[in-house]
Order: sequence, then C-alpha cells, then structure tokens
Amino acid sequence: MRPVPWVVRQVTKETPDTFTLVLDPPKGARGRFTPGQFSMLWVCGVGELPISISGDPTRPESLTYTVRSVGAATQSLVTRQAGQTVGVRGPFGKGWPIEAAKGRDIIVAAGGIGLAPLRPVIYHVLANRSHYGRLTVLYGARNPRDILFRKELAAWAKLPDTQVFSTVDYGGVSWRGHVGVVTTLFKMLRLRPVLTTAMVCGPEIMMRVVARELLARGLSGDQLFLSMERNMKCAIGLCGHCQWGPHFVCKDGPVFPFSQIAPLLDRYEL
Amino acid sequence: MEIQSLENIIAEHPFFAKLDPAHIGLLVGCASNVRFEPGKYIFREGEEANHFYLIRQGRVSVEISPPQRRPIVVDTLDEGEILGWSWLVPPYQWRFHARAVDSTRAIALDGKCLREKCESNKELGYELLKRFSQIVGGRLDATRLQLLDLYAAH
Repeated sequence: MRPVPWVVRQVTKETPDTFTLVLDPPKGARGRFTPGQFSMLWVCGVGELPISISGDPTRPESLTYTVRSVGAATQSLVTRQAGQTVGVRGPFGKGWPIEAAKGRDIIVAAGGIGLAPLRPVIYHVLANRSHYGRLTVLYGARNPRDILFRKELAAWAKLPDTQVFSTVDYGGVSWRGHVGVVTTLFKMLRLRPVLTTAMVCGPEIMMRVVARELLARGLSGDQLFLSMERNMKCAIGLCGHCQWGPHFVCKDGPVFPFSQIAPLLDRYEL
Repeated sequence: MEIQSLENIIAEHPFFAKLDPAHIGLLVGCASNVRFEPGKYIFREGEEANHFYLIRQGRVSVEISPPQRRPIVVDTLDEGEILGWSWLVPPYQWRFHARAVDSTRAIALDGKCLREKCESNKELGYELLKRFSQIVGGRLDATRLQLLDLYAAH
C-alpha cells in the first residue's frame, strides 16, 4: 500500500510545539474516516509516522491532523508549506465506538495532545446531537500555553447538554482557570454510570488513573475505551512492530475497550 | 440565626456526612462565615495554621513561591472543597500560600479551638483525622501525578 500525495492547504500553530495540518485530497479522493482512526503520514526523505485524524468526520473534503513536534519527522511535517505534499496511507485501525454509544451519555477525557484523536468524536456527537445524551469533555494540559483547541473548548462549553472542564498541571498567578491533574476534575462530574460511555486518550499513565476513577464511580469496563499508542509501521497488522500482548495496536486498535486490555496496562515490558 | 444556618451547612456538607450530631455541634461552635476579595491571600506559607475552610462559593489557588521566581499555582479549590489541613498536623504551619482567585465565601473553622476539643473528645479527633487523611491522601496522589509531568515531550 503506497502513500498517496495529498496537498497541504494550511498549517496552523495551536501551541508552542503543536500544529494542525489540513490536507486536500488528490483528484477524485475523499477523506472519509471513523473518529479515532489514524493515517500514516510520509514526508519524502524523512520518514513515515502514524498520526491520528483530528478533523471533522462530516467534512470529507479534506483530512486534518494535529501533530506535536518532538523530533525530526514530526518537525518536517509541521514545517510543510501550503502547496507542498504529504504522503498519506490510510485511514487505519478501529476507532471510537460512536455507533454503539448512541443513546448514551458521552465522556471524552483527554490529556495533552490526546484531545486531537477525540476531537472527531466531539464533532460527530455535536453533528448528531439528538442521538446522544449529555456530552462531557474533561481536558488536562501541562500549562495554560499548552491548551489545545482553546477556542473550540470555550465554544463547546456554551452548548446545551455539553459540559467542558479543563485544567492545567501548573499555572501562573494570572491564570484564573482550574489547576490540578486531570483526575481532579472528576469531583465536578455528575455521572450516570449505567448510561455512560467514556472515551479516553492521553499519556498511558493518565489513561490508567482516569480509568481507575471512572470505574470507582461505577462505569463498566466495557463502556470505557482507551486509545493506545505503539510503534506502528505497516499499519495493517503484518510487520509486528506494534504488537502489544496478543494485539496489534494498528489493526485491533488503536481504540480498545478497557475490559479487553486491563491486564496489559501496567506491564512495563510490553 | 447565623448559628442555625452554619449548623445546616456543616451538617449537609459531604465532608461531614454521617458525623454524630453532637460533633457537628462542637464544630459549629468553632465556625464563622468569612469572605475574601479576589487576589486576597487567605494565608501564606510559614504562617501559623489555625483554620481550615469550607469553600461555599468562588475559587482559591494554592501557590508556592520558588526562589527568584514568580509564584506557581499548584492546585485550585472550588465550591464544596476543603482548604487547609495544616491546622491538624504539628507544627501547625501553612505549607503553601492560598489566594482567592474569585470573590470567595467560606466557612472558617477555628483550628486552635478544634484542636482543644479533639484533645478532650478523642472520638471527634479520630473522626476528623480520618476525614482529613482522605484529603491529604488525595492531594498526595495528585501531586505524584503532577511530578510525573505527564504531558512533557519525553
């Protein structure tokens, strides 16, 4: 499966090290995907990376990716200019359970760049509002500068049946928002555990503690979903780079029900 | 009238759930309503810790001042939360600064008064120690997570 060149329409700086790329398809192609899926993005001469799609699934005329620049390959992606191309393979993997969650309350819990793979869920729920109950977004960032999609978070918070709670690990004295790790937001939550599906994405330890909090509040492990990250290469379950216990993260995930992966979560050698 | 109101508020607060009514009465004897304007420091690191607060409205930041740097907010506490546990643990000194971020209303409980009551009423002392231990434990957990610097580019 070869990368197909898509054309960079726009690159937007979200935070000091995180950028959103909007790519236009080659003639005749569309950007259809399920929230939670990822693509392999390739920059010629640099390398290929698995990047979650962060855009609106109801708008297939483009594909949107939010990338944190942490190394040579991600830096080469975020410094692409409008009109240049990026090779795209995908979308790949199993996404968030948006069909199974119909009729239920939705909790989206994200940490750091983990909000990017969850933003399509929020778009989907808002575009199909009558199909879902309450939407609650819990978001934790390192500091106020690193809050992703800040304007959208504020806009979502104003919508009916939608609550947004965000926090930062540390704030300066001029910061008037909430400070504390993401789990400290749970005290504000009015949870109906039997009616709720939770979707969680962030650093693995953050997901573990969020899962622990949600389970302690009565949520079922079958209604709690985590998006895992491993070293995806082929993205179709052949090469084994992303094998995690009995699972290939690229093909069986990246989204897994907690009940399926709980025994693997605290095994450091995997 | 104010005493009755304080009694209801304290008795209905989740932190004091299932506390013996006689113990609630003892707490009310040490309680008063307070208000802090935005920006006002409620206490500062190193000062004597002789109170704790039930926040009724507003937001309080817990701050630390690193040497040669501006203060950092390490936690915020909102409506319904408890501010301060140093009143219960020797040497009864505040470990951090606390500042009202918004206009904040609270019930202040006099820790000196309560410590005396806890000395003479061990059952009350044990009940309060159990409840404050949960707060201290929760904040210790959160601090350990903060120390991991989860969202840094590792």
